[in-house]
Amino acid sequence: MDRKTILSELKKVLAPYTENKELLNGITEETDLIKDLKINSANLVDIIIDAESAYNIEIDFDSAEKMYLVGNCIDVIMDKMNQSA
Amino acid sequence: MYNDILNLLPYKSSFRFVDAILFLDDDGIKGEYTLKADSFFYEDHFIGNPVTPGVIITEIMAQIGLVVLGIHLIVSGKKEEEIIMDVDSFPLLTSTDVSFFKMVLPGEKVTVISKKQYFRFGKLKCLVEMYDEASELIAKGIFSGIIKNAIKG
Repeated sequence: MDRKTILSELKKVLAPYTENKELLNGITEETDLIKDLKINSANLVDIIIDAESAYNIEIDFDSAEKMYLVGNCIDVIMDKMNQSA
Repeated sequence: MYNDILNLLPYKSSFRFVDAILFLDDDGIKGEYTLKADSFFYEDHFIGNPVTPGVIITEIMAQIGLVVLGIHLIVSGKKEEEIIMDVDSFPLLTSTDVSFFKMVLPGEKVTVISKKQYFRFGKLKCLVEMYDEASELIAKGIFSGIIKNAIKG
C-alpha cells in the first residue's frame, strides 16, 4: 500500500473524530490532528485503536507518541504493516 | 481489601460519591453509594422537591466506574500500559454519553457496574450502568477518562 492510499484510508478513520468534516478535504501529510483538524486530544487513542483494526496492525506506546501529524501516522502505519507482512 | 483503594481517591466529603467496592478486577467494577439527604445540591434542586441532579448521577458513575477502576489498573500496574501515577496526577473525564431511566431521591442506595472496553495509552473507556435497590436500571452510558499528569513508567 502506498502513502497516497493510506492517506485516503486514514481520512475515513479520522472522520468520526473530526467535528468539521470540510477540514478533511484539505488534508496533507503536514496536517496536525489537534491543531488543524481540531480533534479532541483524548480521541487520539480511539483513532489509534481504529487504525489498528483498519490496517490489522498493533501500535505500541512509543509509536503512538509520534502520531501527531498525518505524515507521522502514515509513517507508523507503513512501518507496522511492513513488520507484520 | 478492595476498599484500600478508596484512600487513593482524590475527593473529599461533599464530592466523594463512593461508599464501598463490592467487586473489582482488571475488567470491571461493582460499587455502591447512598445519597445523603443533607447533600448540598438537594436544597436547590429542586426547592421543596429534592431530586438527585443528572450531573451528580453522572459523577457517581464516573467515580466508581472510571476513577476507582482506573486507579486499580494503574496501581496494580501491568507494565505494558507504561503509565504510572505521580503526586500531581488527577483523573479527568473526557467524554460521557448517558441515558437516564429513573429518578433518584435522597437516601437511596445506588449500585454502579462498569465493564472495561479498553485501557490504552492511559485512557480508560467503559460501559457503565447504575441500578437501584430493586435492581432497576437508573442510568446507562459510555464513559471515558484519563489521568492527567500521569508519568510514563
